[in-house]
Amino acid sequence: MPNISYLKALNRALTDEMDRDPAVCVFGEDIGAAVTNFTAGLLKRFGAERVVDMPISEQAFTSFATGAAMAGQRPVIEFQIPALLFLAFEQIANQAHKFSLMTGGQTSVPVTYVLPSSGSREGWAGQHSDHPYSLFAHVGVKTVVPATPADAYGLLVTAIRDDDPVVMFAPTGALGKREDLDFAQLGPVPLGVGRIHRSGTDVTVVAVGHLVHDALAVAEELDGAVSVEVFDPRSLYPFDWAGLAESLERTGRLVVIDDSNRSCGIGGEILATAAEQMRLIAPPKRITRPDGAVLPFARDLDLSLQPNREQLRTAVLRVVGMDADTALKLIEDARGVEIGAAS
Amino acid sequence: MTQTHLADSAGLYRTVRLIRRFEERAIGMVRAGQIVGGIHPYIGEEAIAAGVCAALRADDQITSTHRGHGHVLAKGADPKRLLAELAGRTTGLNRGRGGSMHAADFGLGILGANAIVGAAAPIAAGAAWAARRAGKDRVVATFFGDGAVSQGVLLETFNLASLWKVPVVFVCENNGFATSMHTESVVAGSITGRAEAFGIPASTVDGMDPEAVFAATADAVALARSGGGPSMLECVTYRFDVHHTFEYIARPRYRTNEEIAEGRSRDPIEIQGARLPESDRERIDAEIEALLDDAVKFALDGPVPELSTALDYLYADGMRARAGVA
Repeated sequence: MPNISYLKALNRALTDEMDRDPAVCVFGEDIGAAVTNFTAGLLKRFGAERVVDMPISEQAFTSFATGAAMAGQRPVIEFQIPALLFLAFEQIANQAHKFSLMTGGQTSVPVTYVLPSSGSREGWAGQHSDHPYSLFAHVGVKTVVPATPADAYGLLVTAIRDDDPVVMFAPTGALGKREDLDFAQLGPVPLGVGRIHRSGTDVTVVAVGHLVHDALAVAEELDGAVSVEVFDPRSLYPFDWAGLAESLERTGRLVVIDDSNRSCGIGGEILATAAEQMRLIAPPKRITRPDGAVLPFARDLDLSLQPNREQLRTAVLRVVGMDADTALKLIEDARGVEIGAAS
Repeated sequence: MTQTHLADSAGLYRTVRLIRRFEERAIGMVRAGQIVGGIHPYIGEEAIAAGVCAALRADDQITSTHRGHGHVLAKGADPKRLLAELAGRTTGLNRGRGGSMHAADFGLGILGANAIVGAAAPIAAGAAWAARRAGKDRVVATFFGDGAVSQGVLLETFNLASLWKVPVVFVCENNGFATSMHTESVVAGSITGRAEAFGIPASTVDGMDPEAVFAATADAVALARSGGGPSMLECVTYRFDVHHTFEYIARPRYRTNEEIAEGRSRDPIEIQGARLPESDRERIDAEIEALLDDAVKFALDGPVPELSTALDYLYADGMRARAGVA
């Protein structure tokens, strides 16, 4: 079974969909040369009529895709930089997203927007480091943030086949993740269906995108002291509220780790919905970027504003009401070894 | 083939007259509270919609603007259903979901009026590109006002369309005003010069004369259809009435009575009407009044949408959004 990276899985999904459906075409900057590798091999295989290098005109080519979609094509747009979504927000949120309702269902806009390198890339500074998935969930554009190669493959296939606009964030922190995958077994992953990567009984950690891997590491560290369930929503809009409610039926405690800015981020929505409608036996917590964060260039400053494992570990212990020393002792007892100071 | 019944003298007269009388009735319905939100009347600019759409084939497409009733009617939309849309009824073109600024009829190639200035041009270009990819020889005409020529996305679209010889016709309706701002106070350089800078042939057309607009558009459409790429027509016109009906209340003063009188001195209805025998004109006028009597009745008789359907059509796959209360 080949060992496949997340980025390769995305490339494979796009290639497979272009093979399957001649209406699928790709628009973006430098996609012929495949500078991000997302589109590697596509120009040669499918030609310049379907793999269309665009001028640096994000606003025009985003709506160009809308027009093409309404005329029967199924465009995939690659944006190299997450902040380009701010530039094209009018074209996505105010045009592509609204056509179905505004026309009374006369048309649909099947465009997929892919961000292969969302969030911080460390050292790319203020205008290349955003992670604005909550913005799209807020306006109601279907939004997915896969964490693993298999989910990246499956969600991209689903996004392309979906008849509405879908934004896919592929976090920089997940792009290099690898997995042994049998391509014959890969298939679409439905929107709005979360995935429990690790079962637990004390706390549900909802982790978004690359932070799933941090949540799994923390769950492993705390094994023996706290039983952590790691819930990966995979798609933020639609969100698997039923899946989260089931998880909280088991655990009753909730921590969210989310790479959004704090105010109006998806983490806030998850906490609010859980508080309103789900079983909670302790006040929930969220770990996010600060309010209104602009990531500074200097590496340590950049990292200091992103959610991290230490913050998550602390939050998990707080919601179960356990101090770090007690946790350490429980872990040592459970494993029969002496670990020393936590972290 | 253009649609000769729309392009002959009587056909062009019929279209401009229909638009004029439709708008006058719609303004009456705004004043009566039967249309909420107001409208952007097209009165004075009818020759452009009539001339352009007469030069298109039935399977060609258009995109329109916030001032879009004329385009939608000229492309063949049923006046009854457009008026019902303005009145927010389920019998409207968009089932009451779009209103004046988003009227669309995809079956007739009307890809929607668009409420953001300049925003429809790339949509039109994309639709035209896709049609060519699908092996069709379709042309898409995109209407925009003089206000749009300062929007970056329009200029970006000129570049894309010219680069790939996309079969699109850019129709600028220069009515002299971006809302209240005189064109010359907000546009540097020239409008045709913008297109020419991208290698797009551009010409200035008398936008008060339906036949002049038709002739210029027919050339542009022929060029686009034969693979020659986009053209731009700057149709010089004058908006006889308000930017939007809110002006009847707000009463902003940005043009003098003399200027308005001067602008109204060339009326496309009269220009085209003078080309017909009086008896033909009277017959057409009477037909239009009867049609619009029916349209008003149809619009007001149409059911208002059920509240439970407010978010119907939000997603093409029928996905339901969460309610605002839990």
